[in-house]
Parts: sequence; structure tokens; C-alpha cells
Amino acid sequence: MTYTTDEMMTVAAARVLKDGTSCFVGIGLPSTAANLARATHAPDLVLIYESGCIGAKPDRLPLSIGDGILAETADSLVSVPEIFNYWLQPGRIDVGFLGAAQLDRYGNINTTVIGDYADPKVRLPGAGGAPEIAASCKEVVIVVRQSRRTFLDKLDFITSVGQDDRSAFSGAGPRMIITDLGVLRPVDGEFTLTQLHPGVEVSQAIEATGWDLKVSPDLAETPPPTGAELTALRKLAG
Amino acid sequence: MASITSLAEAVADLVHDGDQVALEGFTHLIPFAAGHEIIRQGRKGLTLVRMTPDLIYDQLIGAGCARKLIFSWGGNPGVGSLHRFRDAVQHSWPVPLEIEEHSHAGMANRYVAGASGLPFAVLRGYTGTDLPRQTDTIKPITCPFTGETLTAVPALNPDVAIIHAQRADRKGNVQLWGITGVQKEAVLAAKRSLVTVEEIVDELEPRPNAVTLPSWVVTRVAEVPQGAHPSYAHDYYVRDNEYYKAWDGIGRDREEFQRWLEEVVR
Repeated sequence: MTYTTDEMMTVAAARVLKDGTSCFVGIGLPSTAANLARATHAPDLVLIYESGCIGAKPDRLPLSIGDGILAETADSLVSVPEIFNYWLQPGRIDVGFLGAAQLDRYGNINTTVIGDYADPKVRLPGAGGAPEIAASCKEVVIVVRQSRRTFLDKLDFITSVGQDDRSAFSGAGPRMIITDLGVLRPVDGEFTLTQLHPGVEVSQAIEATGWDLKVSPDLAETPPPTGAELTALRKLAG
Repeated sequence: MASITSLAEAVADLVHDGDQVALEGFTHLIPFAAGHEIIRQGRKGLTLVRMTPDLIYDQLIGAGCARKLIFSWGGNPGVGSLHRFRDAVQHSWPVPLEIEEHSHAGMANRYVAGASGLPFAVLRGYTGTDLPRQTDTIKPITCPFTGETLTAVPALNPDVAIIHAQRADRKGNVQLWGITGVQKEAVLAAKRSLVTVEEIVDELEPRPNAVTLPSWVVTRVAEVPQGAHPSYAHDYYVRDNEYYKAWDGIGRDREEFQRWLEEVVR
């Protein structure tokens, strides 16, 4: 089956979620990947949405983090203060799945502002749940398309913290950045290209990165999406 | 005891120019009809409080009702940006908008402190982010027992909280279920409150997971069927996702937005 680069990214992200674990799900690309994981190899993956839905089992993709299908299918429905205070903050959730408007080589994320805070060039939506998801989940996976507009040498604003300094946090922070080109993992705290999707050249990944991207000497290749994965993904997207 | 009145009367009595107003509802049960009534009555200089400004505050901001926004995530969920909010922050259109920006965890805890009669809340949050540098309502605090550094955020006690619920009885007891967000905290934290409901019934049958707000903590109840549209009311109607997508085009353009305002709201 032929597939798009976005489909490859979503499949690669879904594969990192282990069955029986819990995942705090951001909206957009992360939500698509987490739902694909549940629809394929991880039927007992617990999807947690910041709207208070714990163990949501939607059979189609929600547009927002609070669609009715999430509430109707959840194991438990709790208030918003409770989801952050009792469930996220103590560090009991395995993986935080986040998107990003911009990020840097340490996995810091900016979703707040481009340009000066007081006089912004572009005002972005802001933090939402991300700062505490990045701080408190046992680990974080970032799902984002790779380009020079997104992968920056220096961020104008840090909305959620990457690998810079984890001493204040119980969680390990971002462990993977999964893109439409490949996968980056931290090597000595700096996100390094460690894996490429089929048909992608190293030069493309370097070209799409705003910092001097380091490339692992043992570069792996992502296995292409299987027919089953693509079928499940397209069914979810409906 | 809550009194039951029309929406127009309730807004006229409870919402004044310059008030701090929280219209809450996390994706679900967003009180759109009440927001539109505030626009129709031409309120000005409001400090709007809401975790996710959503389309409802995009509309109030674009209509020039707000002076300040206290929030944690200002996007159109799953679609993109709130263009009226962006235009106000980037170009002061139609009026300048001051912002006080938090994370969801911080905002939720600010409501909890407000509902609890405490001056502030404490959480593990904001550490390492640039938010404390821009928002002076985020401060470090030392735990008196462990010496650990945590974060303090002040209580929110809005002049008015406005929420939408599935139903109320004739005494003004309110019942809501499904995703209940931060609405209970917002009502208990506020000085006055208005609840719009899908229907007023003789008796509130028990529902699993329902939040009940007794009549004596609510100021006004108004019956407004479809009052959360394009958001949704669990067991009544679903979220109008097509409306959220279509808003992107309306909100993006000042003239298009003003046409919408005249035709649909005013």
C-alpha cells in the first residue's frame, strides 16, 4: 500500500506506545497516533484527555480534547482540577504525547508566541496542559512535522521544558521527537537524528532543521507502515 | 435561593461594565447563548476569565466587550487559531487586550482556591517555563514542611460566573453531567452566578457522575434550550464540529466577523 509522510509519522508514533500503559494525549497529531495505537497493537492503552476523560475509547478521531465520544467511552470521568492534581501531578501517567508549534535541540517547546511577548509577531494559543504534562509524565514523546519553521536554533519563548535541566521534575522529559522524516532521540541532552523513515535522505532531515543537526552513526530505518496499520488509521480518520 | 428569569434579565442584573466575568465549560456545555446576550447588551471593559477562550471569547473580544483576558489556552481546538483574539493581542483591534496567561493546571487551581476560600493555591507547575517572567500572578513558594520549592497562584473570585447545564428544577437546583470541567469551582468561587439550562423540570432524577449545584449557591437560572451550541450538551445534542471549522473563515476577517455579528448576534 502507498502511504503519505504524515501517515508514516503517525504510525511511527503509535508504535512507541506500549499496551497496558497510560498516555496523556494532546490534540491533533498526538491524538491520532495514540488512537491508532489503541486500534492496533495496544488495545489496553489507557488514553487520558485533559478534559477529565480517563480510559477513553473513541472509534473515530475526536476534533477536540472534549468531544462527547471521549466522555461516553471513558472508564472514568473526572473534573479538570482533578485530572491535573490527582492524575497528572503525582507522576502516575506513563507517557505524555505532545505536539509543538516550535521546538529546539533540547526538546523545549514553544506554543506561546513568536517574536516579543509584549508585541508579538504571531500570538499562538498558549500553554494549555503542556507545561505540566512535560514536567510530570514519566516520559514525553513529541509528534511534529519537521521543518525550519518548527525546528529552531533558539526559541522566543519556552512553554514547556525539554532536556535542559530535569532536576526539578520527577519525569524524564522528552525521549523522542517523531516527525514526518524520522525520529530524533536525546544524546547527551541534545536531540539527534537516530532513525529515518523509508525513502528519506539524511540531507532532507538536516535541511529541515534550524540547528546544526547531529546524526547518529548507527542510523536506523523505520519499517514502513503495514497494511493493517494503514487500514486502521484510515478507518479512524473516516 | 436562585431565581429563575429570562436570560436578558439575568445578564442585565448580574453582568456590569468592568466586571470580572468567567464563562466556563471545558469544550462541553460552553454558555454561548449567555455570551451572545452580553454582546447584545453592549457590555464594555470586562475582564474575561476562562481556561480555554474558545470561540465564545473570540466573539466577545471581537465585539469589543473585553479589556483583559485571563486564560490558559486560546485556540480553536483541532482547527487552529482564534483570529479575533490574535488580532486584539497583535493589533489592539477593536480595542487593546491585556492578557494574564497561565497553564491549565494553574487556572484550575486558581478556581479551586477561590471556591475554597483560600488566598492562593499551590502546585507543581510552570517550572523552567518562561510564563513566570511574563505573568506576575505566578510565584515560587517554599513548602514549610519539606523545604521544597513549589508554585503559588492566587485565587480567582470572579464577580460573575456563567455556566450552562443540562437542567434545573423549579427551585433552581442545577444538574450537569458528562465533562464537568471546572464549572462547580467557578460558581463556588464567584460572587454571583448565572446558570443557563437546556430545560427546567419538575424533578431532577439522579444521574451517574452528575454535579449538583444546590439552588442556594446559584444567583440566577435561565432556561435556554441549545444555549451551548456550537459546543454541546451531553445527552441533548452533539458538538457542532462543522461550525468550529467554519468559524476559522469568519473569525479570520474583520469584515466577515462584523457581518456575522450583525446578522447572528445583534
